[in-house]
Amino acid sequence: MSDYRTVPTICPYCGTGCGMLLEVFGGELTGVLPWKGHPVSDGKLCIKGWTSHEFVGSPGRLASPIIRRGDAAGEVSTDEAIGLVAGELKRVVDEHGPDSVGFICSAKCTNEENYLVGKLARAVVGTNNIDHCARL
Amino acid sequence: MAIKDRARDIIGKEVDGVLAFRPEGGSHVPHLFNADDIDQMAGEYPAGERYPVSSIVRRLQAARPGVRLAVVVRGCDERALIELEKQGQVDMEHLVLLGLACDGELAGTCGCAQPYPSEVVQGEKVEGGLDLGMVEKLEGLPPGERLDYWLSRFAACVKCFGCRNVCPLCYCKECALDEPGLVDHGEQPPLLPVFHLIRAVDMAGRCVDCGLCEEACPIGIPLRTLYRKVGEVVESHFEYRPGRSPDKKSPLSVLGTEEDVT
Repeated sequence: MSDYRTVPTICPYCGTGCGMLLEVFGGELTGVLPWKGHPVSDGKLCIKGWTSHEFVGSPGRLASPIIRRGDAAGEVSTDEAIGLVAGELKRVVDEHGPDSVGFICSAKCTNEENYLVGKLARAVVGTNNIDHCARL
Repeated sequence: MAIKDRARDIIGKEVDGVLAFRPEGGSHVPHLFNADDIDQMAGEYPAGERYPVSSIVRRLQAARPGVRLAVVVRGCDERALIELEKQGQVDMEHLVLLGLACDGELAGTCGCAQPYPSEVVQGEKVEGGLDLGMVEKLEGLPPGERLDYWLSRFAACVKCFGCRNVCPLCYCKECALDEPGLVDHGEQPPLLPVFHLIRAVDMAGRCVDCGLCEEACPIGIPLRTLYRKVGEVVESHFEYRPGRSPDKKSPLSVLGTEEDVT
């Protein structure tokens, strides 16, 4: 028979951390319900939470990193993409100093990931140029 | 008898699935149980953890017509199912209701007319009484002040659509609130008071006073007060309360054809 279950999780959209339930219906993600009694959101969501399941199966989602070279953009492996970013960051920092680069975190990352970006900027590269997409 | 015992008795025999709640991280979340996992079903139903189970039943039945389900229902859930059946959205014949009576505290704060379903399996029946206190209080205000009150509440709307999304009776595939000609996309607050009056009119002859809309509203618009007033108007003109009598159709679902109005 068609199975129905709900999976408690935290809204991926911003740093508030509202509790929500993903509705899994017949093995597919079909909707969202506010998580009643959640200490942060108390059974309420904004429009982003209510629609946060919609992007999961979107055909517009990137399935792999893309590197643009000249006019051509092509899919590459994650290793290659990270290698290019790390190499270019190192080159710019070596040539112009740590404050010539900056880091922008995202509300869509976890708290822990944002912490690590802070570490990378301050402890590895040596710059305080760090900001957050919520300020854009 | 407890609902969980009754569910265990009928699973795999009278029904193929039981829509109830699963304990999860200190709370209880909706889950469709089968014979294999029925033992994980929660035995308690906290007042603050009400979900639109009638909507879930509607979707389950639509995906698999004829599926035999049982569902844990409070008075409001049963009213929603009755109203949904009258509108051809659920099939009560293939549905077993596991009735849950709301406790006195919930019945008091919720203020619905009947805080228990027609057959109670678990809990003690407490008599309700439709709480029209807020409706009467607002009607006591001069019209200008009353208008200011509602406009100020509506102006705080963050347009999350939660009131519609959580509503058991909102099943339309195309919703007026998504229509750019009526509700401008990206405008916030939504054009006053059109957005909220579209919903209020749509609740006429439909709203079963479950209160899930008001619970879901992030900024606390007193939606239930608005829809209770709408319900009062419908009752005074048509002697109809949604979800009450299964054999009487909603007046707004029979009006419209020439035959009915002449």
